[in-house]
Amino acid sequence: MMPRDECLKLLARHHTDEIVVPVYQAAFEWRTIKPDSLIYLGVGAMGQASSHALGLALGRPDKRVIVLDGDGSLLMNLGSLVTIAEVAPRNLVHFVCENGTYEANGGHPIPGAGRISFAGFARAAGYRTVHEFSELAAFGERIGAVLKEEGPVFVVLKVVAGATYPQDFAAVHSAELRRQFAEALSRQ
Amino acid sequence: METSGSHALRGADIIAAIKASGIATVVALPDIVTSDGLLWPIARDPALRLIRVCKEDEGVSICAGLAFAGTRSLLLMQHTGFLDSINAIRAIAVEYEFGLCVIVGLQGMEPDREPPQSGKYGVRIIEPLLEVMDIDHARLTVRGDEARISSAFARARSENRPFVFLVTRPPE
Repeated sequence: MMPRDECLKLLARHHTDEIVVPVYQAAFEWRTIKPDSLIYLGVGAMGQASSHALGLALGRPDKRVIVLDGDGSLLMNLGSLVTIAEVAPRNLVHFVCENGTYEANGGHPIPGAGRISFAGFARAAGYRTVHEFSELAAFGERIGAVLKEEGPVFVVLKVVAGATYPQDFAAVHSAELRRQFAEALSRQ
Repeated sequence: METSGSHALRGADIIAAIKASGIATVVALPDIVTSDGLLWPIARDPALRLIRVCKEDEGVSICAGLAFAGTRSLLLMQHTGFLDSINAIRAIAVEYEFGLCVIVGLQGMEPDREPPQSGKYGVRIIEPLLEVMDIDHARLTVRGDEARISSAFARARSENRPFVFLVTRPPE
């Protein structure tokens, strides 16, 4: 298992101008680790990140889109795996941070924790490429190449909570940050 | 009130109105009311991109992502899909002020009644729900109603408020 924030720090080393769609804890951590104008915080409802990302990827095929999903979140929208695989956007990289819990909602276990395979879900849905990492060294070694693969790419990160980051829910729901994202995207 | 012949809604007119509003992407889940008159023609129309989703709330989010990327879109679904998507619509379209453009088929709507008088509970509650959610809406019932589509969707986008059209009769 990998501390999630350490994974995100490794990812940040390779992040350039991609749009990032993070959820919950990953959003709090990514905003601190890699502050950027192209962080999409308009997800709104739990589970919807992958679908927002699909819209962004289709609307801007010239930009790569990275989703930092949660396992509990993705379970709420498993059909999106099939929808994404059907549309097959080449510019979409879908990460799921699998910690087996609803971390932002009291730490309760997700159904099927430790038994279900998110990689298996993505393979069965038809993602072009699927990866699974549970060791930081392997992730750090491969992430640069993974980000360059033709999408849709699915990456399972087996994580545990890392360092503590401020849970800035006001920022996640900020109309001003959504406006800034739209402006930044329109300039690129 | 039955509508047929020259008074009946025509799918071709609705599609023309959708295109006139600058929409070339339709996100949809099949609905029997709009299937033959709208969704199949949309699926066959090379000028329109159809994204088939597994669940309607996906569509709310896909449309939002597309909008941030500068692409106009329409969400087409059955009223049961609207009911299933209320949380996404609440958050993304209403609270986050996104001008989501929606067409909803009222499956099971009796041809001789108005929606609030429907014997079908799921149909009867749609307009009251839209009212309580403060979502602008109108019916597509007879030919000519489609003339409101372009201006309503333009207003949705300019005012960042969702707009929902309710199809009460299967379009021809």
